[in-house]
Amino acid sequence: MSRRDFLKTGLMVGAGLGLSSILGKDILSSAGIITPKRWVFLVDTFKCVGCGLCVRACKLENEIPYDVPVTRTWVERYVVKKDGTVLADSPYGGRDGYLINNPQGIVVPQEDIAKAFFVPKLCNQCTNPPCVQVCPVGATYQTNDGVVLVDRKWCIGCGYCIMACPYGVRFFHPVHKVAEKCNFCYHRITKGMKPACEDACPFGARHIGDINDPAHPVADIIKTQRVSVLKDEFGTKPSVYYLGYDSLIR
Amino acid sequence: MKSHLLRPLYVVVALVAIIFIARVIVVPSDFGVGEKGYMYGWHRKANEDEWKAFKVKFKNRDFCKDCHVSEYDSVMKSPHSIINCENCHGPAYEHPEEPPKLIINKEREHCLRCHSRLPYKQTERADIKGIIPDNHNPDIECVSCHNPHSPKGDAL
Ligand code: SF4
Ligand code: SF4
Repeated sequence: MSRRDFLKTGLMVGAGLGLSSILGKDILSSAGIITPKRWVFLVDTFKCVGCGLCVRACKLENEIPYDVPVTRTWVERYVVKKDGTVLADSPYGGRDGYLINNPQGIVVPQEDIAKAFFVPKLCNQCTNPPCVQVCPVGATYQTNDGVVLVDRKWCIGCGYCIMACPYGVRFFHPVHKVAEKCNFCYHRITKGMKPACEDACPFGARHIGDINDPAHPVADIIKTQRVSVLKDEFGTKPSVYYLGYDSLIR
Repeated sequence: MKSHLLRPLYVVVALVAIIFIARVIVVPSDFGVGEKGYMYGWHRKANEDEWKAFKVKFKNRDFCKDCHVSEYDSVMKSPHSIINCENCHGPAYEHPEEPPKLIINKEREHCLRCHSRLPYKQTERADIKGIIPDNHNPDIECVSCHNPHSPKGDAL
């Protein structure tokens, strides 16, 4: 290597190191050099059989009192009769599964059913979360990887977020007496595990993924297949996507 | 200026000073506007780590398989291989330290979650081999006749 080349490479390496430390992670990531994680969830309603194992696992994993009718995630049942009547229910959030064909307590004869399906629901971890916007004390907030968390020490229990969430996913934790909701099992996903509901689901109806990781199958499905989000008209930009969406789903 | 005008002013100034001092003491140093600005970023950064430290309870079948090799192998050969062990055995927590023994859920209702037949043909539920609970040996635990690790009877 000539002295000229040596000086040139030395200068370039030095400048590179200096630049990256000055610019920091943010600019590098916006330039596509480091892509930040962004958690998304895919629900395949075609696969759900309404066994409720996800709801059970979620309650146990996240310490939500088992016999109180509040849940971080729940499974709804929709039965549409041939005359157009829609029967929808979710007793105890579907915690014990659906054993009898009795939506809302009404036994529907098989030949009267036009269609019937199950829809798992959870916090949508909105990109523009109204719950975060209304929280007066900064207890509900959004992390950089797109998960909305509730700071139990900071929450004053005013209930604004419960009112603001268009999806009705929030409730008061019966023990901690503060606002509570699904957080994608933040303690699991940040350790490389999957959320408890996804692990518990035997039928593959639930999947978490990173939308910014092009190699991730969940990201691929969301980007290349026909998916839908709930209540798009609210402009909250949910991170939970649905395969097999039906306009009856509220 | 007359002192009866100044005195309330001093009180107000003192009050404001107290509020500012209290704020410095009460508000933690990591509380403030995050990267996403005031509307979505305002929070106590330390809480992210508090949530990350929340206890994991469900460990998954890879955790079970190291010790329970034969049980693992038998269930993995069966149609029940899609079900994680802890769905029936309960969350492992720190097993084998705590709890030393897991409680197996042998309730009929637990099996019926999938095997009670529902005529919902738009779902995979209709494809699962199911029974009508009232007609099929009511009040008897399924496990008294069926081996859940080998529901087809090929490996016991
Ligand atoms: S679904 Fe509700 S609780 Fe969840 S982020 Fe959106 S507004 Fe907030
Ligand atoms: S565990 Fe899976 S199949 Fe069962 S109710 Fe939940 S999402 Fe549906």
